[in-house]
Amino acid sequence: MLSLGLAVIFGLLNIINFAHGAQYMLGAFGAWMLCEHAGLGYWPSLLIVPIAVGAIGIVIQRFMLSRLANLDHLYGLLLTFGIALVLQGVFTNIYGSSGLPYRLPPAFIGGFNLGFMFLPRYRLWVIAMSLVVCGGTWFVIERTKLGSYLRAATENPTLVQAFGINVPAMITLTYGFGVALAALAGVMAAPIYQVSPLMGANLIIVVFAVVVIGGMGSIGGSIVTGFGLGVVEGLTKYFYAEASNTVIFVVMVLVLLVKPRGLFGRER
Amino acid sequence: MRTLPKIWLALALVIAGAAARPGNAVAQVSDGVVKIGVLSDMSSLYTDLAGAGSVVAANMAVEDSGIKKRGIKVEIVSADHQNKPDVGSNIARQWYDVDKVDVIVDVPNSGVALAVSQITKDKGKALLVSGAGTADLTGKACTPNTIHWTYDTWMLAHGTGKAIVKTGGNTWFFLTADYAFGQSLEKNTEDVVLENGGKVLGKVRHPLNTQDFSSFLLQAQASKAKIIGLANAGGDTTNAIKQAAEFGIGKGGQSLAGLLVFITDVNALGLPTAQGLILSNTFYWDANAETRAFAKRFAERNKGVHPTMVHAGVYSAVRHYLKAVEALKNDDGTKVVAKMKAMPTDDPLFGKGSIRADGRKIHPVYLYEVKKPSESKHPWDYYKLRNTIPADQAFRPMAQGGCPLVK
Repeated sequence: MLSLGLAVIFGLLNIINFAHGAQYMLGAFGAWMLCEHAGLGYWPSLLIVPIAVGAIGIVIQRFMLSRLANLDHLYGLLLTFGIALVLQGVFTNIYGSSGLPYRLPPAFIGGFNLGFMFLPRYRLWVIAMSLVVCGGTWFVIERTKLGSYLRAATENPTLVQAFGINVPAMITLTYGFGVALAALAGVMAAPIYQVSPLMGANLIIVVFAVVVIGGMGSIGGSIVTGFGLGVVEGLTKYFYAEASNTVIFVVMVLVLLVKPRGLFGRER
Repeated sequence: MRTLPKIWLALALVIAGAAARPGNAVAQVSDGVVKIGVLSDMSSLYTDLAGAGSVVAANMAVEDSGIKKRGIKVEIVSADHQNKPDVGSNIARQWYDVDKVDVIVDVPNSGVALAVSQITKDKGKALLVSGAGTADLTGKACTPNTIHWTYDTWMLAHGTGKAIVKTGGNTWFFLTADYAFGQSLEKNTEDVVLENGGKVLGKVRHPLNTQDFSSFLLQAQASKAKIIGLANAGGDTTNAIKQAAEFGIGKGGQSLAGLLVFITDVNALGLPTAQGLILSNTFYWDANAETRAFAKRFAERNKGVHPTMVHAGVYSAVRHYLKAVEALKNDDGTKVVAKMKAMPTDDPLFGKGSIRADGRKIHPVYLYEVKKPSESKHPWDYYKLRNTIPADQAFRPMAQGGCPLVK
C-alpha cells in the first residue's frame, strides 16, 4: 500500500516523494494521538487519520512542491527528503526512539492455526484491506473517467486545461491522496509495530525499490511487485535470514539490468 | 536573483565558523581541562536507553563530584556515532587528536565500542563503556585503557539464561541481531543452556533495526522450543515482543526470554504486553532511597524518562573517573585507568564495588520480573525483584575471558 501511494504520486505527478516514510510514520502517530488524547480507537482512526495527514500533504503540495513543478525532479526529491528529516527529528526529540504502545483492536486478538503455521487475525485483515485499497485505486486510475482525466492532465496539462478542467487542483488532490494512502498504511501498521519516529526511515528505501522494480509510474506494476517482493523477502527470511535486507536490492539490480524501465514500465 | 548564491555562501561560512569555534577555543586552553566525550546513539534505536540521557548523567556526575569547586575544570562534549563503527572511529580520532578529549564514555553498540577501544589504546586515552554489551571488551579484546562498566553479554546470559533453564526452560530458539553484540550474547547464552543440560533447537539472525519479525517468529514457533531467546536490544526487542504477542506465542506454551531489556523498552511496550518478562539488570531506579533521589533529578532533566542501567553506569563511571583524576592530579588515560582499577568504587547508584585487572567493573546483578498492570502503583513502577546474583558470581571469571592483560 505504501508503494502504491508512491507510485501514484510519481506516476501521475512526477514527484519523487521521499517524505513518504515520514508521512507513513505520521499516520501511525496520528492513530496513537487519537487514542491517547481523544480516546478514539482503531476504527475511527482508519478514516480520520488519512484525511488529516492527506490535508497536510495538500498543504505541502500547494505551498512548497507546486513551486518546484517546472524544475528538475531532483528539487522535489531534495525538498521531500528535507521534510522527512525534519519530521523525523522533531518526533524523535519529543517522543524518543523506543516507540509508543498501540494495542491491537479487541476484535482482532487471536488468530487461526493452519496446521503448518499460525496466522494472526489482524495480519489477515491487513492483507484483505490492502488488496481492496490497491484494487480500488487501480480501478479508479485505469478504468474511470476521473482517472483518464488525471492521466491526460499529466501528459499534456495545457490541453486538458483548455477543456475547462482545473489541473492544479487535480494535481494537489492526487498528491493528497497518495499521502493519505501512506497515512492509512501507518494506521494499519500501528498495532503491529511500535509507533516510533524511525519506523518510516528504514522502509522508504525498500518502498522505492518496489516502485523501481515495478516500473516507475506503473500502478499495477507496483501492486504486483509489492506483493511479489513480500513473498521473496519472506522466503529469504526463512532460508537465509541474514540476506533478507539485501535480497530486494539484488532483485532490483537484476531487473534493471534486463529491463531498465522496470517490469511493468511504459515507454515515455 | 544573482545575489542569492552569495547569501547562501555567506550563511554557509557563518555556520561553518560557528561549528569550528569550540574546537579552536579549547585548543588554546591546553590541558588544564578534563574533557569528557559522551559518544552515543543520538538519533536511532538506542537513543532512549543511552543517547541524550547519557549526557545528562555525565553532567550530573560532574556536578555531584564537586570537582569544579576544587579548581579542576571539566568540560563535556557529545556526538552521535549513528551505530556505525567507521563514524564512531572518526569521531574518536577527531576528539583525541584535535579536540583534546581525555576520556570517552558510554558508546552503545558493541561494533562501535570495539573500534573505539582500539583507537583509545593507541592514543593512550581512557574509555569507559556503559552502553555496549560484548564481553570481548574484557576478554580477547581487552586493553589497559578500557573499563567495561554496566553489563556484558556473559553476565546477561548467565543471569537470565541460567535462571530460565533452572526453572524448566531447557529447549531454546534464538532470535539474534546480526552484529557483534547479538552474536556474542547468543553464543554466551547457548553455552549456558548447554552447560545446564538444555538444548538449542535453532537460531535465526536478523539484520539490525528490523521491523517485521513475522517469518522469524513462525520459524521459532515451528521449532517447538520452550524458550525463544531474544539476543537483540532496543527497538528490535520491543518489536519482537509485541509481534510475539500477536502470534499468540505465550498462549502456545512457548515463552520469551528478553536477554537484554531496558526499562525504557518496558515503558515503550506498556505493562499489558511486557508483563511477566524476566530480565537481568544491574540498576533499577526504585531500588532504594538514593537511587530514587537520583532518578527524580534525572527524570526532571530528561523529559520525564527515568534512568536506564546505561545512564546509571555513565554516572557511576564518570564519578569514579573524576575521583581517580583528582587523586593522581593527572588526566593521562593509561595512568587514570590504572588508578581507577586500584581504588575501590563507591557511589550512590551501584554501592561498593571494584574493577578487575581485565577492566571489568564488578557489582551484583538483579533478576527482575515485569509487574502486572494491576501491581504497578505509579508511573515507571515496573519491576519486582526475583533474585540477586552476588558480585563475585555475576561476571565471567577473569581466567576464562582470555584477556592478554591477565595472562
